[in-house]
Amino acid sequence: MSNPTPQPVTGRLYYKLRLIRRAEEEVARIYPSDKIKSPVHLSIGQEAVAVGICDCLRPDDVVSGTYRSHASYIAKGGDLGAMFAELYGKDTGCARGKGGSMHLVDMHHYILGTSAVVGTTVPIALGYALALQREGAGRIAAAFFGDGATEEGVFYESLNFAALHRLPVLFVCENNFYAIHTHIRKRWATTNLCERVRTYGIPAEQVTDGDVLAIRRLAAGFIDGIRTGESGPAFLECHTYRWREHVGPAEDYNAGYRSREELRPWQENDQVKVLGDSLPAAERAAIDAQVEAEVANAIEFAETSPFPKTKELYTHVYAG
Amino acid sequence: MSTQADRGTAAGSAPHPGTPGSSDPHPGAGAHGTRLLSYVDALREGVAQEMERDPRVFLFGLDVADHKGIQGSTRGLLEQFGPERVFHTPLSEDAMTGVAIGAAMAGLRPIHVHIRMDFLMLCMNQLVNMASKAHYMYGGSVKVPLVVRSMIGKSWGQGAQHSQGLYALFMHVPGLKVVAPSNAHDAKGCMIAAIRDDNPVMFVEHRLLYPTEAYVPEASFTVVPGRARVCTRGGDITVVGISNMLVECLRAQELLAEAGVGVELIDPIWLVPLDIETIVESVRRTGRLLVVDNAWTNCGASAEILARVAERCWDRPLQMARMGFAPSPCPPSPTLEHEFYPNPATIALRIHEMVRPGSQWQPDMEQAALGYQLQFRGPF
Repeated sequence: MSNPTPQPVTGRLYYKLRLIRRAEEEVARIYPSDKIKSPVHLSIGQEAVAVGICDCLRPDDVVSGTYRSHASYIAKGGDLGAMFAELYGKDTGCARGKGGSMHLVDMHHYILGTSAVVGTTVPIALGYALALQREGAGRIAAAFFGDGATEEGVFYESLNFAALHRLPVLFVCENNFYAIHTHIRKRWATTNLCERVRTYGIPAEQVTDGDVLAIRRLAAGFIDGIRTGESGPAFLECHTYRWREHVGPAEDYNAGYRSREELRPWQENDQVKVLGDSLPAAERAAIDAQVEAEVANAIEFAETSPFPKTKELYTHVYAG
Repeated sequence: MSTQADRGTAAGSAPHPGTPGSSDPHPGAGAHGTRLLSYVDALREGVAQEMERDPRVFLFGLDVADHKGIQGSTRGLLEQFGPERVFHTPLSEDAMTGVAIGAAMAGLRPIHVHIRMDFLMLCMNQLVNMASKAHYMYGGSVKVPLVVRSMIGKSWGQGAQHSQGLYALFMHVPGLKVVAPSNAHDAKGCMIAAIRDDNPVMFVEHRLLYPTEAYVPEASFTVVPGRARVCTRGGDITVVGISNMLVECLRAQELLAEAGVGVELIDPIWLVPLDIETIVESVRRTGRLLVVDNAWTNCGASAEILARVAERCWDRPLQMARMGFAPSPCPPSPTLEHEFYPNPATIALRIHEMVRPGSQWQPDMEQAALGYQLQFRGPF
């Protein structure tokens, strides 16, 4: 890196990386107790993408995500207690117990509701961005999605429409190489994703090593152009790696579709550790203590919150 | 031909808007502030008045701003409201539906237009998995005030993919509202109600109704969700006609009136929420129910209405039947196409058979023809 990153930034990024990591490790720890009533798709190992991008966003910018969105939810400032409560199916959950892990939402922090159907939220982010463009206040939307979403027709429809209308959108592909258990080798005719995207007139860049600072630097450059309206939409492909199984709390390196060897370089470059090690010990300890307290409070909040009353089954089917 | 022109007015010859169940004071022929208006112009007027009233409303879809303007229903809106609020889309129905949902979540009030209902099959993921569920699934933290306009085609060889009445698919899914106005008055009133609704509304139009006229108030008004209209009073049988089939049933009712059969004809207008009570109240008096749908009967709106009536009237014997599309794709050949649809003659015969089983009767086939359908010419 040519420019050393100022310490407040490193501390801030480490805090978010650590918060996501610890929150999800706690989800995995609690999961066998069956208190969490929701299929969980953990982002452990993938935190750097959400953290690097969201660090460049304003509080009033918008993010959209997928069923694997604990990371972007936390990185964007979503209420951690409400997230745990949602996983527990409690009335105080971010979706009042009607969404679950795959449908996190926090409109106070402009986190659009996530979807269990791959690709679905990409055009929804565009629609929100269309409204932001009309509003003219310089707000943008960041649309998070996985490599699998780029195989859906709606992805290309969305690229075209965003470019056509120069919508204030940053497309963020979290490429962890697997759609459930199928590697992109078996799904993509070529791996030149950024090249495909550029044919729509959308600038596209790739980060292949999962470096949170590199992701943040590229995102910051793109976002400036998007915000001012100079560049129109932009695209960032971030290679990353899912350490745990597709759904659930465990590892699955014995399942036969991938090897622990594949994991090793990602673990050696674990951004939580890398950034933590770069901080003065006292600062790191203070952040770690804060993270532990926040996660513990969030779990306590979820555990002590009430379940929704049964009549809630029928509220919110229709608005108004 | 003057009689045919007369027949061309779907609502001019029969009590239609303004009768019980309507949300409006009786406009009536020539009443102050009303005038004869076609269904297509009523659609456009409803949208224009709402766009004038509420800057959050915008309209988009394939071909909404071209010289044909969706058979005229969007004509002039681009000039009136500008390209930010009236614009074409790429042929990307899936993404465009998502865009509409996202814009609605952000506080805008989109109207997404499809010139054929068949094209909605390209929107199903967004409509079924997102639009219908977002308010619920996100714990009430977002609303999706979205109107999805689509048109059912008929006749002149529209064929299998330009003719489907697929609204029952949407009736199945909680969170969506479904409306199928049968006349110009309701086209405007339902459109305004749909735009003001905080939920996704599937707005189902019928191509053959576009030129039909009714008395429509000039001022803004709503035909509110969940209220059916009793179009004609009669004691022998309750008939429910959906969308364009309401008009076919009106003609059947006229034919039967000459034979002394009294038909109580009900237009449900809104299929979700469905005003089943008005239908049940009528069936309890007549003891007979025929539902004539502008769609297939299998798992359709007709099945739903019959089931709900049966559940509520378990304490007495009822005679119930339904009619709809033949259980086949819609063919373009005129002889086959004619056979595919219920028409006033087949509806009247069916009703007569239910009310007076075994007695011989034939409707006047010339009288059975509907003028506005005879006048229709292609390509659309």
